[in-house]
Amino acid sequence: MTTTASLRHGDVTTGQDLPKLSVQVTATTVVLGALASRDWRPMHHDYDFAVNRQGTQDIFLNTPNQAAWFERYLTDWTGPLGRLGTMTFKMQDSVFPGNTMVMTGSVTDTSVDAAGVGWVDVDISLMADDRTCTTCTARVAVPTNDDDNPWSRRGDQWNPRGD
Amino acid sequence: MIELADVPPDVLDLVGAYQYEIDGGFPVEHGYIWTTCASVENGNPLFWDDAVAAEVTDGPIAPPTMLSVWFRPHHWSPGLEEPAVPLQAHFDLKEQLSLPEAIIADNTITFHDPVRIGDRIRSRQVLRSISEPKTTKLGTGRFWVLDVEYLNQHDAIVGVETYTAFGYTREGVEGASA
Repeated sequence: MTTTASLRHGDVTTGQDLPKLSVQVTATTVVLGALASRDWRPMHHDYDFAVNRQGTQDIFLNTPNQAAWFERYLTDWTGPLGRLGTMTFKMQDSVFPGNTMVMTGSVTDTSVDAAGVGWVDVDISLMADDRTCTTCTARVAVPTNDDDNPWSRRGDQWNPRGD
Repeated sequence: MIELADVPPDVLDLVGAYQYEIDGGFPVEHGYIWTTCASVENGNPLFWDDAVAAEVTDGPIAPPTMLSVWFRPHHWSPGLEEPAVPLQAHFDLKEQLSLPEAIIADNTITFHDPVRIGDRIRSRQVLRSISEPKTTKLGTGRFWVLDVEYLNQHDAIVGVETYTAFGYTREGVEGASA
């Protein structure tokens, strides 16, 4: 592989922290995210609907776009050879324009499965100002050596849930 | 204490059966991929640099987390009447089990074969399990697990969304709305 700007499995240890990502959320962040994910529901672009009909303080970031933020956060760290296996969400609160959204993560486990895939399990927290809004548990495959490419795995060679 | 009726046999027959097969409304296209990447400032070269995509993934692919994007209906299209409800099998179960309230307790996405430009994706829903009656702080009801499977035009699974839901009736509340 000539694409070298990717994390290797041997470089990762349990307890390791991922670099923090901080983003200033604007109304454009929310609306662009909703439209990019084809989510036309008004609470993600219509202030009057969000506040006066739904009783929230403002329009807020939708779930599919939060998934895209989590993916970006993970692959910023792993590089392009990092391949997502699973992602589990728990939504607790909303992200509004004006918030500073901060993502932090830490490695909870590393393993190599029977097919030779190098897995890294990560817990991620998405906070808006001082509120925990969403937690995410993700499993991502990274190369175990310079010749390994997780994206080349198919069929029995790719079993993200370990079933 | 609320007594729950037994699960009707026709509902038990749904466990493991495919329901609501839906074709995505349009082929996977690059414009939405770039717009999504722009929305989260994702500079992963897999989605911007054809040479990297060719080397790593045998050509351009979509970010895995865009799985559900390819199924949302247009806001308007000719002849559109009522848009399909996502997770219709979930809403069916609420009605079939007479459990008017429900929450999604857990949502896991499993990513399989990459989604490629031009793919035609379809989805189908399958009920995996229904629990015995449970009482939680929300009320008395049942948990159920539903998968939404996404497949490409070659019938390869590209992803599965797994929802664990809890349908319940609140103590002392008759006919509460969903």
